[in-house]
Amino acid sequence: MDLQIALLLGQDGVTNGAIYALLALALVLVFAVTRVIFIPQGEFVAFGALTLASLQAGRLPGTVWLLLTMGTLIALIEGAAALRERHFRRIPLIVLLNCGAPLLLAGALVAVSSASLPLLVQVFLALLLVVPLGPMIYRLAYQPVAEASVLVLLIVSVAVHVTLIGIGLLFFGAEGSRTPSFTEVSFEVGDVLLQGQTLLVLVASVLLIIALYFFFERTLYGKALRATAMNRTGARLMGISGSLAGMLSFTLAASIGAVSGILISPITTIYYDSGFLIGLKGFVGAIIGGLASYPVAAAGAILVGLLESYSSFWASAFKEVIVFTLIIPVLLWRSLTTRHVEGE
Amino acid sequence: MRRSVQSTLLLLLFIVVLLLAPVLLPEFYVTLLNYIGLYAIVALGLVMLTGVGGLTSFGQAAFVGLGAYTSAYLTTVHGVSPWLTLPAGLLVTGVVALSLGLVTLRLSGHFLPLGTIAWGMSLYYLFGNLDALGGHTGMSGIPPLQFVELELKSGREFFYLIWAVLLVLVLGTRNLLDSREGRAIRALKGGSVMAEAMGVNTPRSKIVVFTLAALYASTSGWLYAHLQRFVNPTPFSLTQGIEYLFMAVVGGVSHVWGAILGAGLITVLKQWLQDWLPRLLGQSGNFEVIVFGLLMIVVLHRARDGVWPMIQRFFPQRLVCARVDGVRPLTRRPLPEAGSLLLEVKDASKRFGGLLANDRVSFGVRAGEVMALIGPNGAGKSTMFNGISGVDPLTSGAVSFRGEPIEGLPAREIARRGMSRTFQHVRLLPSMSVIENVAIGAHLRGRRGFVAAACRADRAEEARLLHEAAVQIERCGLPEQMYEAAGSLPLGKQRIVEIARALAADPCLLLLDEPAAGLRYLEKQALADLLRRLRAEGMGILLVEHDMDFVMGLADRVLVMEFGQKLAAGRPEEIQRNPAVIEAYLGGVE
Repeated sequence: MDLQIALLLGQDGVTNGAIYALLALALVLVFAVTRVIFIPQGEFVAFGALTLASLQAGRLPGTVWLLLTMGTLIALIEGAAALRERHFRRIPLIVLLNCGAPLLLAGALVAVSSASLPLLVQVFLALLLVVPLGPMIYRLAYQPVAEASVLVLLIVSVAVHVTLIGIGLLFFGAEGSRTPSFTEVSFEVGDVLLQGQTLLVLVASVLLIIALYFFFERTLYGKALRATAMNRTGARLMGISGSLAGMLSFTLAASIGAVSGILISPITTIYYDSGFLIGLKGFVGAIIGGLASYPVAAAGAILVGLLESYSSFWASAFKEVIVFTLIIPVLLWRSLTTRHVEGE
Repeated sequence: MRRSVQSTLLLLLFIVVLLLAPVLLPEFYVTLLNYIGLYAIVALGLVMLTGVGGLTSFGQAAFVGLGAYTSAYLTTVHGVSPWLTLPAGLLVTGVVALSLGLVTLRLSGHFLPLGTIAWGMSLYYLFGNLDALGGHTGMSGIPPLQFVELELKSGREFFYLIWAVLLVLVLGTRNLLDSREGRAIRALKGGSVMAEAMGVNTPRSKIVVFTLAALYASTSGWLYAHLQRFVNPTPFSLTQGIEYLFMAVVGGVSHVWGAILGAGLITVLKQWLQDWLPRLLGQSGNFEVIVFGLLMIVVLHRARDGVWPMIQRFFPQRLVCARVDGVRPLTRRPLPEAGSLLLEVKDASKRFGGLLANDRVSFGVRAGEVMALIGPNGAGKSTMFNGISGVDPLTSGAVSFRGEPIEGLPAREIARRGMSRTFQHVRLLPSMSVIENVAIGAHLRGRRGFVAAACRADRAEEARLLHEAAVQIERCGLPEQMYEAAGSLPLGKQRIVEIARALAADPCLLLLDEPAAGLRYLEKQALADLLRRLRAEGMGILLVEHDMDFVMGLADRVLVMEFGQKLAAGRPEEIQRNPAVIEAYLGGVE
């Protein structure tokens, strides 16, 4: 390996690592706030990328149907609850929000030909289609068992994951998609060609992390989430609703997932089930941070990216083996350094 | 007796049906039943791990793969007899599971399943990329199993082997769960604090169930390799690992028969969905996972115990853990001489971050006396209990018990030395009967292990343990509630069950944290009488209690704590007159 290859691999590793870092942050966030180990995080990556690809191909993305179905289900559940509690005036809003908005979006997509829209509008539409799935999934799958043990929530997560994988195959088919680059610019630094798209991924990741930092430090909702993460009961007593915090954290996680998918789809071909592997690598990063520390999780994720990229050069067949076996020494190190005391 | 006769008859009927099935059924159904049997073996391990032990694994398919590939490799490449590759596969799987368990089990519970996901992925890719194992195309030409002259070449012949193995494992697992070690595993679900305080080595129990579940999976893999006589990586992927867990959960994750039911339901449903869904949707693919995923979510929302309990209602219930009379009682430890110093606490301090919950507290408890620890809420009494009993060790200070330093020892070691305790927040296993809960207290007085339990060689000892539990329940005045679920009792009675459980450990020092809370007047009197009798026998009792009449009428000496510090100590009459104590309790007189 000469320096040039080393630098190229490093560039690759850092780019993928940045995506894993974003996902790792989302995973830590969701776990801290809701105790849910969010296995389906990766599906949002795939759905984001594939929805954008469908829009660019001028097809109606399958995610529309998912949005409509889940919206209707929620409207039925919430509507029935409102009927039981005789809050009749809430019903129009419930229907409008959960069925009306998705219908409007679907109508708009049918009316205009999405392929001819500018790229940024397509990205915006893709996010509009995918991000609401996050809180909707929280409402349908997790909220009814929000007080259950971490173990039950984890099994729910796995169930949601396999459901979404099946749905992804149904909507997007088995073929992968690759979206055109956002930018064709490239720079030459020394001997190495720096792709504009790579740089874009890095810049976007850093910007997102900074935005998250400000969200948690400066905004009321961000502080509410931090409070819930620290002490659920205490936060509830202060008027922070557990389900609001759950929905909010799932919205953030879904956004991060969808944006990550949109960012990397010009670099790698995304299949309906690619998200899982990408998400799991974010998990390895998150576990390095003990599912608790944001900076360590992000650093761990970059490390995973680098390890992956260099091992693909040395032993490409065993790339995944090496990345996933990394978790063993990490867990060993964690188990030797933490002392776990069970609360009352 | 009639119930057990009925359940034996049902079991015999089941065996007869199994014997006839391959003779009567067409090939297709025999094959289906073979797979159900193979899957059920894996799901059975998960029942023990998840439903009973409260742990879980998504990587069981990888363990199946280890068993299958070990046998495939050794038989085809090195020509080893398939009967020798079974133990070889078990050995490989055991070593892997043991190391994985040792690495994750000290961490909180969710690191184990996450570890198994990563581990499952990594093993799957390893199978697919090692040329020695045939890569993604797999290995063929695995020899069939051979019984003397008979080669098990057809599915019909193999059927008997699979279901015999499954039945042996089901019965063995059922026996194991209904034993001393089984109760220790079941205690894991209620958190490790109580189990440790009763002397259970919880890390060991966790590692043992995890390894056992892996060994079941490995056995299934060995059977699979010689049934198919071909292996490739696909059936050992994470997706299959997840499906195994679905089988256990849908069938009924807390019941051994739920494993068979779940494996049957999911396998048949999968067969059916794979036929119909592609036709319905107009494209081909594994769409059954959508239905499975949704089914799982509904099961977890609506019926977390799975389908088996709904069927179980139609069967006679076997009464597990009944008291047995006429057995030789357990030997008791010799109590120290009355008046000798049992417990000595010197300068005990406990710091939680910036809060000093115990600040250099010193006191002692003698054999044959009741020492009461009182003080306002937040004075640090329960913290002191946790420090002494090793549940949450002290930051500094010395504790010696019967002349031996015990600070820094794990709770189970302290329990072994003859100290037993109750908890302020009751820690019983609500779905287990009172007698089983109390028998957990006697854990350290038995010795028989997992293997003895599985083949029922532990019955004599088990009878003595249950007899002891029954005696302690009667002594504490709850004979009518002996076979009721502990969670169905009122809170006051649950506290009494905790005392019976502590007594079953045959302690010489008893730590009681608010035993009288929630009791009615007559019940309190009965409790006071019991404690007086124990004192007369020479037991030392350390008591935290808020009911002053109860304390002052019973205690020989009283220690008052406030803000983590010792405020006063002495005989009850002295304490009642002590101005500092009066001020702490009633506020100062202006």
